[in-house]
Amino acid sequence: MLPLEEPLAEIACMVNGRPISGRVVLRQSLVEWLRAELGLTGSHVGCAHGVCGACHLRLDGVVVRGCLVLAVQADGADVETIEAASGPEVTALREAFVEHGALQCGFCTPGMILQAAELLLGGGPLSREAIREQLSGNYCRCTGYQPIIDAVQAAGAALQAQAGGAGGE
Amino acid sequence: MTPARFAYLRPDTLGEALAVLAREGEGATPLAGGQSLMPMMAMRMARPALLLDLNRVAGLDGIAVVEGALHIGAMARHATVLAHPLVAAHAPLLPLALREVAHPAIRNRGTLGGSLCLADPAAELPACMLALDATLVLANRAGERGVAAVDFFQGLYATARRADELLVRVEIPLSPGWSPWFAETARRHGDYALAGLAMMCRREAGRITALRIAFLGVEAAPRRLPEVEAAILDSADAAALLPRLLSPLHAEEAPAAWRLHLAQVLLRRAMIGEGRHAAA
Repeated sequence: MLPLEEPLAEIACMVNGRPISGRVVLRQSLVEWLRAELGLTGSHVGCAHGVCGACHLRLDGVVVRGCLVLAVQADGADVETIEAASGPEVTALREAFVEHGALQCGFCTPGMILQAAELLLGGGPLSREAIREQLSGNYCRCTGYQPIIDAVQAAGAALQAQAGGAGGE
Repeated sequence: MTPARFAYLRPDTLGEALAVLAREGEGATPLAGGQSLMPMMAMRMARPALLLDLNRVAGLDGIAVVEGALHIGAMARHATVLAHPLVAAHAPLLPLALREVAHPAIRNRGTLGGSLCLADPAAELPACMLALDATLVLANRAGERGVAAVDFFQGLYATARRADELLVRVEIPLSPGWSPWFAETARRHGDYALAGLAMMCRREAGRITALRIAFLGVEAAPRRLPEVEAAILDSADAAALLPRLLSPLHAEEAPAAWRLHLAQVLLRRAMIGEGRHAAA
């Protein structure tokens, strides 16, 4: 039970392509609301103050820290979590992460995938330095990062091979 | 990590936002990108009574060249400024500095105006505003006023913004012939700077003929250092002046003497970066 004096707000937004409306606790972060109220537990809460990147999700198409956005701020927005993230770059990353052992406990993986997907979608160069910079705000406490960088590079190469094979440029 | 309770308003227009500030004064805390305010609230270092969310206020995120100056709206996100062709063309110092600002997901949400109004001593953008000779434009219900960057930053987390004002944009004079230099030292890329240096300079026939510098992360607030700039123009060892002129911040993990050393190293690197050599 919420205390009677707990301020609430009504919101309506798109979550993973579905219209959702409901009441949110005003001081609740977006990632906490997605997890607790909508059962979308793929975005993780690590540090809860914007350091670790485990809570990454897409807000109106760009990757943000889900713990640094209030649920009420998602009113009218388009929210996408790892549960609905799809497309060739996400598929390529998922396969490469498994192949390269780029996860152990998996806590950081959803945030890593979304952040790396943004790099692959941008179409820029995939040097190890560029990948490190892109993932610099995502903590992993299992892998030592090298397998993750290997996986993102491999996913980028796989995407390029696909594009080449399909006659793309 | 749950913030203390707060009231929340989300105006759609600047007029509504300024009316709230006129009424509430310091009781209202503007919320821009929230990438510093939200962590401070989570740790309860900040307990705003009323959050004034600016994310829906129309017209605060434009980037345009207007009458000889590059205007950047206060709510322009770091990622937008970083990638914007007008910024690359007219204020290339900003992309150099923004690459060092936090991490991609933070840059997707954080704003220029939020960073400037927070005035964190380690922040990159306040020092850049001094080096760019920018004017910060504040608005209240009565109208707008421009404050030169050198007058805006007044100390640790202290600025010239009054409680009834919002920063609406910065105006950066176009400076053809000037070139940027930026570097900082941090424990990891994207971490808070232990020391950094923003510089704009003009060179004629291989000589620096005009320059503006500002350190970040060294003192409580960025400021211009006329003696240092004059020494550089005279080809003197400007870094040797810093121990007398700077009052570096002190913390256990980054003592004042170390910050001073880093400031000297950065200044000497800047000189080499500009093709000049200071005596080491």
